[in-house]
Amino acid sequence: MTVAPAPTTTELKLDQLFPGEATPDARKGYSGYIVKPDKLVEVATALRDQHGYDYCSSVTGVDYLEQGQCEAVYHLYNTKTGGPAVVIKAQAPRDNAVLPSLTPVWPGADFQEREAWDLYGIKFTGHPDLKRILMWEGFHGHPMRKDWKEAYYEQEGKPFDARWPGGQVHRSEEKNPFGHNVAYPEGFTLEGWSEQADKAVYDSLPTGGHGSTEEGMRTDLVTVNLGPQHPSTHGVFRIVATLDGETIVKLEPVMGYLHRNHEKIGERNTFIQNIPFTDRLDYITSMSNNHGYVLAVEKLMGLKPPERAEYLRVMMVELTRIVNHTWAIGFLLNDLGAFFTPVLYVAKERELILDVFEATAGSRMMCNYMRFGGVSRDITPEAFQQVKDMVYDRLPRLLDEIDTYLTNSEIVRTRSIGVGVLSAADAAAYSVGGPVLRASGVAYDVRKAEPYSIYDRFDFNTAVRYQGDNYDRYLVRLDECRESLKILRQVCEQMPAGEIQAGKPQYQARVPAGEAYGRVENPKGELGYYVISTGKANAYRYHVRAPSFINLTPFGKMSVGHKIADVVAILGSIDIVLGEVDR
Amino acid sequence: MFGSGIVRGLGVVFKHFVESWADDIRWLGRRYYNPEALKIRQSTKATGTFTVMYPEEKLPTPEEFRYIPFLVYEEKGQEKDYRCTSCGICAKVCPPQCIWIERTNDPKTNRPIPQPRNFYIDVDICMNCGLCAEFCPFDAIKMDHNYELASYDRTTAHIFDKEKLGKPVSYYQSIRPANYAREEQARAEEEAKKAAKAAAAKPAAKPAAPAAEKKD
Amino acid sequence: MSSIAKELANPDVPVSAELQNNVFITTIDKIYNWSRRNSMWPMMFGLACCAIEMICTAASRFDFSRFGMEVMRPSARQADMMIVSGTVTKKMVPQIVRLYNQMPEPKYVVAMGACASGGGPFKEGYNVVSGIDKFIPVDVYIPGCPPTPQALLNGLITLQKKIDGQSITQVPWYRAGKSEPIPVPILGPDLIDPRHAPLLRQRAAEAAAAQMNAAQPAEAAPAGPTA
Repeated sequence: MTVAPAPTTTELKLDQLFPGEATPDARKGYSGYIVKPDKLVEVATALRDQHGYDYCSSVTGVDYLEQGQCEAVYHLYNTKTGGPAVVIKAQAPRDNAVLPSLTPVWPGADFQEREAWDLYGIKFTGHPDLKRILMWEGFHGHPMRKDWKEAYYEQEGKPFDARWPGGQVHRSEEKNPFGHNVAYPEGFTLEGWSEQADKAVYDSLPTGGHGSTEEGMRTDLVTVNLGPQHPSTHGVFRIVATLDGETIVKLEPVMGYLHRNHEKIGERNTFIQNIPFTDRLDYITSMSNNHGYVLAVEKLMGLKPPERAEYLRVMMVELTRIVNHTWAIGFLLNDLGAFFTPVLYVAKERELILDVFEATAGSRMMCNYMRFGGVSRDITPEAFQQVKDMVYDRLPRLLDEIDTYLTNSEIVRTRSIGVGVLSAADAAAYSVGGPVLRASGVAYDVRKAEPYSIYDRFDFNTAVRYQGDNYDRYLVRLDECRESLKILRQVCEQMPAGEIQAGKPQYQARVPAGEAYGRVENPKGELGYYVISTGKANAYRYHVRAPSFINLTPFGKMSVGHKIADVVAILGSIDIVLGEVDR
Repeated sequence: MFGSGIVRGLGVVFKHFVESWADDIRWLGRRYYNPEALKIRQSTKATGTFTVMYPEEKLPTPEEFRYIPFLVYEEKGQEKDYRCTSCGICAKVCPPQCIWIERTNDPKTNRPIPQPRNFYIDVDICMNCGLCAEFCPFDAIKMDHNYELASYDRTTAHIFDKEKLGKPVSYYQSIRPANYAREEQARAEEEAKKAAKAAAAKPAAKPAAPAAEKKD
Repeated sequence: MSSIAKELANPDVPVSAELQNNVFITTIDKIYNWSRRNSMWPMMFGLACCAIEMICTAASRFDFSRFGMEVMRPSARQADMMIVSGTVTKKMVPQIVRLYNQMPEPKYVVAMGACASGGGPFKEGYNVVSGIDKFIPVDVYIPGCPPTPQALLNGLITLQKKIDGQSITQVPWYRAGKSEPIPVPILGPDLIDPRHAPLLRQRAAEAAAAQMNAAQPAEAAPAGPTA
């Protein structure tokens, strides 16, 4: 293990580096630089090659309806030095939204650009395979655009007027002639329709071709579907793979089966209403989802939570990390064939941690614990005692037990060493985050690279491993749990008394206009929230940089050449949660 | 030696196996269906079999546990006096907008009176987040502990109206004693302050000193 | 177990003294339902957040193998019960209907949580189906977001009660004739339920007629949320 380099704070002046091509974003509350679309690739390449911004963390589409502009926002980081982001933006008119693709510079932009195309209709020229990713091919319109209205559309922002004072209860489906959440475009007829959803998927795979074995025997290529209902896809994820024998020739992840419009709903919600929705992103780690979101909004509001609240936040987040990593290890073993026994062993400790969440936040999974400027409830002395018992006694024992149980097991080692290798350069280029990134030898941890909350006070290391295979991803998770325990011990010792909330919480937070990007080191990777406020009750743009989603970008590459049974293990070692992949 | 890792791993499995019997023997038949044993079995001291024998024994719900909201009413004889004043804050803060409140208007003056004519929650939309209870200024809506709500038909059973949502204060007190005590104390202080203000001209007769406030 | 044994040993029918405690007299229904309700195999099929609580119910603390449900079958062909655990999206619903059609009779559906029952907090979303019961028949609904494992167990017990109430002479799966599969929805410009085809055609015709008249702007063709 090594310690990540200290973050730098020198800020790049892009308008001086690229005069005439990049101009500072002058809108009120905004930061970053607006780059001319035709110079975008040039600027990006220079930033990557000359200034070390090797990590394109997030690509966000924004629709400025009034200005008639679509915008793509890029958050770039330097994995060597850490530090704050360089934000570049490119604009194109809404009715002809065409921008150059940055996938040649950072392949990690691949899925994110497809998402922006799918939801915003921004066409990225030069993208190798620009098709819909969350909705199906053939869906009508680009649903995140501000003038696109869903079938159950009620009102631009919440709260809806129909609820009070004349609240006549009804179900939305009663108001739709079909009794369903559907609306068809004008002039649509059933006869003129042919299904395209699956065709688009199969078109990008070499179907019906031929291969050959090492002995020179001619083989047929076979295309196989795994999922969306499959026990080892961790939810409703679909893998379409072309096989030569049992070896993967090309693999295409297909997602969107749990796309529940988190962002569209998030833009209707008032700021505080969105907190419980973030719980349901990565439903294993709801506490740290809350954290990222409240950090982003606190940035806009200029709030600072009191000490005790900060400590409580860190405590909950680190407990969540242990929950997530042990759970991931359990399910990785599920995928390796050790069905359910490892999960049962880790589930016991998870349940005990969930008891703490339930006693403090009120719910086992959907904690809804953090508020702008604090947390919702103080921890009870009994629950705090339980945390101490866990931290000092049970959890270290559990980790040691997992270690004895699995680390040296010959089956685990043969199945996972050398499988699904992701090199350090690829890991950064593909924008993966969290344990997947650090298992490939890139010591990048947001808690160290750009410390948020009170992480700069704690003594802990960034867990790094260097082989980038399934086994290292497993080991990194175990290491990280130990580091989390280290933080938790310090939290338990230093926990101050005092207030848990700055000011009185308001049911309608007043958020000044501007943009903010809040990011935290989620157990799965860097979780970022891009929030634009116009000073109204609800966010104008709300985007989630979902680590599970982006970690899947190199999945196809990692799987090529492996057997189909290993693909399942590779997916398990990436550790995705579909609620976050599809949002 | 090849295979030693597997053997050590199986040792862990064996340990779990032995533990599950050892703890049963330690309790000698009193391990199950015994509230005292349940408490220890489900705490951080748990060893051996971890199962809660639902439905015969149930995991105790902590005070803060939240499920579907309910409306608190005071019992005045046969009358139910709902605390709700139909101010609409819960409906405004509700994230999935599952609360519908019909305000009552005085038929003569046509001005709102602080009693909801009806109050609906669509439990097929409710996300159990507890924001309504958190921001209600009158302590009128609270989160219930009852999770045994399975039904055969949602069209008739899953829109809860005022009648179905209403629960007496005594019930609230029984599921959330600490919260109840804290709120009652705050209310008493508030009233004492009001009384003190009203009696400001007279020499202040301080009401009973507030007991030590508990934070949680 | 003990209660059913008692019931079986002491039926409401008069039994001669020498046969008492030697012969079980029961209805076939009781035996049939008792054996069915205690071997409900759920399909290993998770959709969203609720699936995690379903896994917890299967894990050591709540352990639904106590109800004979531990055999989770990844194949629909071997499952008795489908726990729809999570948000049903339009993209996913064709697969769910197909899985349901693949399940052998007798089959049961449990809608776990607010989303599966009626769309849940995500109901307003453009890709969310407002309740799986719009497509397949649901036997038990469990409110909650997510239902805790104990709430799920309560729902499963409620399902067992439903099974207890069924009679072998009445159940549809022993009747003559095949049961009709549910038509699989189509992913069109929006989700298309084939059962709505007549309504769709009618609406399209109306829209076409309105365009012919075209004096005023065409009425919100086939369907709008406000229609």
